[in-house]
Amino acid sequence: MTNTESRLTLTITFIVLGILVFITLFPIVLMVLNALKPAVEVVQNPLAFPSEIRWDNFSRAWTDARFAQTLMNSAVLTALTIVLVCTTSSLTAYVLARKKIKSWKVVTFYLLATTTAPIQLFLFPLYFGFAKLGLINNPIAVAFVYTAVYSPFAIMLLRTYFLAVPKELEEAALIDGATHWQVFWRVMLPIVSPGILTVALIIGLYSWNEFLIATTFLQSQDRLTAVVSFFLLSGNYSSDWGQIMAAALIIVLPIVVLFVLLQRRFIEGMAGGSVKG
Amino acid sequence: MHRLYVIPTIFINVVIIAIPAILTMILAFYRWDGMSTPVFVGLGNFEALWTDRVFWRALTNNLIWTGLFLTIPIGMGLLAATMMLIARRGSTFFQVIYFLPIIIATAITARVWQGMIYSPITGVLGLLDRYGLELTNPLTQVNTALYGVAVADLWHWWGFLCVIFFAALRQVPQEQVEAARVEGATFFQLMRYVLLPGIMPTISLMMIMTIIWSFLVFDFVFILTQGGPAFSSEVLSTLAYRSAFYDLAVGKAAAVSVIISLFGIVATIFYIRIQAAEIVE
Repeated sequence: MTNTESRLTLTITFIVLGILVFITLFPIVLMVLNALKPAVEVVQNPLAFPSEIRWDNFSRAWTDARFAQTLMNSAVLTALTIVLVCTTSSLTAYVLARKKIKSWKVVTFYLLATTTAPIQLFLFPLYFGFAKLGLINNPIAVAFVYTAVYSPFAIMLLRTYFLAVPKELEEAALIDGATHWQVFWRVMLPIVSPGILTVALIIGLYSWNEFLIATTFLQSQDRLTAVVSFFLLSGNYSSDWGQIMAAALIIVLPIVVLFVLLQRRFIEGMAGGSVKG
Repeated sequence: MHRLYVIPTIFINVVIIAIPAILTMILAFYRWDGMSTPVFVGLGNFEALWTDRVFWRALTNNLIWTGLFLTIPIGMGLLAATMMLIARRGSTFFQVIYFLPIIIATAITARVWQGMIYSPITGVLGLLDRYGLELTNPLTQVNTALYGVAVADLWHWWGFLCVIFFAALRQVPQEQVEAARVEGATFFQLMRYVLLPGIMPTISLMMIMTIIWSFLVFDFVFILTQGGPAFSSEVLSTLAYRSAFYDLAVGKAAAVSVIISLFGIVATIFYIRIQAAEIVE
C-alpha cells in the first residue's frame, strides 16, 4: 500500500486500533492488578492500584489450588499429548502429502470430517466406556483423547510443510539405496522439524488450556489439571478474588511469556491450520 | 508399506471418535442411565425434546449465538485488519495484542469477566453501580444472561479472526492493488473492489467455521451461568452435558448431540468441499 492516506484517515485508524487495544488489555490488566491486592481492596475498587503489593496471594493460591500437584499433572498430560500427536501426525501427514497410499483421499476427508464433529457426539459413550475399563482419572487415556481430537489439525498443518520439500530429495535418497523408512526418518523429518515444533507449541497450548475433556475425565483430587483446579477454586472454595486472580496469573504467565517469545510461530501455526497461510 | 504409517492416527481416531459417535447415534433411540441395560424407546427421546421448552430455548440460543458471531467478531476483525493495513507501522504490535485473549484458557477468561467485570461486589460494573450508574450483573438476569456470556466469548474470539484476515489481506496480489491505485481508487474503493473480493474465500471459510463452532459452544456458558438463570442461557451442548452427567438421561443427551451434529453437518459439507478443493489441487 502506498502512503497516500490522508492525515485524518491515519488519525482515525490509530484511534480505532488504540480503542481495540484498550478493550483487549482491560480484562488482562484487571487480572494482574487484582492479583496483587488484598481481598478488601478488590471489593473497594477493582480498578485502583494496590496500596501494598500482596505477594502472599500467590503463595495462598499455590497452596489452595494445589499447584505443586496440578501444574505437574497439566505438564505431564501436555507432554504426553505433544509426543503422541507429533509422532502419529507426522507419519500420516507425510503419507497424505505425498499420496503414498491409494486411499489418501478417503483418509483426508475422514480426518476433515472429524475436525468438525462436536465433542458431545462422542463424549458420553466414551465416558461410560472408559468408566467400565477403569480409565477415568488416567492421564494417558486423556492424552489419547486429545490426540484424536487435535491430530487432524496437526496433520493438515504438517502436510503443508511436507509439500514444501522438493521431491528430488526423496528420489535421490531412494536411488542411493535408502529404505522408505530411512527416507522418512533421515531425510524428511529433519527438514520439516520447524513444522513439528510449531505443531508441538500449538498442541501444547490447547492441551494446557483444555477444560471440557479434562473436567470430565480427570476428577479425582490428585489428577486434576491446573485449569480445572483453578475452576474449582474460583467456583467453590474461595471468594478472595485477589487469590483467584493470582492463581489465574500462575497458569497464564508461562503461556504468555512463551507466546511473546515465539509469537510468529504461534500465529502462523494457528492461522495456518484453519486457513492456508 | 506406507499404509502402516497411517495406522496409529486412524486407530486412535476411530476408537476415540468414530465408534463412540456411532454409539451416540444408536443411544439416541434408547433410554439409558449409564449403568443398567438400555431400553429401546424408538423416537421417544426426540418426541420428548419436541415438547421440551428448555430444548427450544437452547436451540434458539444457539441460533442467536450464530447470528452474533457471524456479524460482530467478523466485522470487528475485518475492520481492525484493514486498519492495520492502512496503519502499516506497528502491525506486529497490534497483532500480538489482539491475539493474546485466544491463548488464555477459557476457564480463566470466563472467571475474569465474571469476578472482575460483571460481579456486583468485586467487579467494575459493581463499582460503577455504586457511583450511581444503575448497572446489574447481566449474568443473573433472564433477558441478558446469554449476551453477558457472549460478550466474554467475543472478547476472546475476535482477535483470532483479525489476525487471519490480516494475513489474507497481505496475500492479495500487489499488482492488483497497485493497478487500482494508479486508476486513482480511494481506500474504500480499493477495499470494496480489490481487497474484500480478494479475501472472500477466507471470509466464507471463517463464516462456515463460525456456524459449526456456534453449535459447539460450551465452556463459557457452562462456567459463567450453567445455562441459567431459569435456562435462559442454555445452549444445546450444555443441555446435553447436564442431561448425561447430572440427570443421568444419556439417551436424551445422545438425542441432543445428534441434533447438534445435524445442524453442523450442512456447514461441514461446505467446509470439506472448500478444503478438499485446495488439497486435491
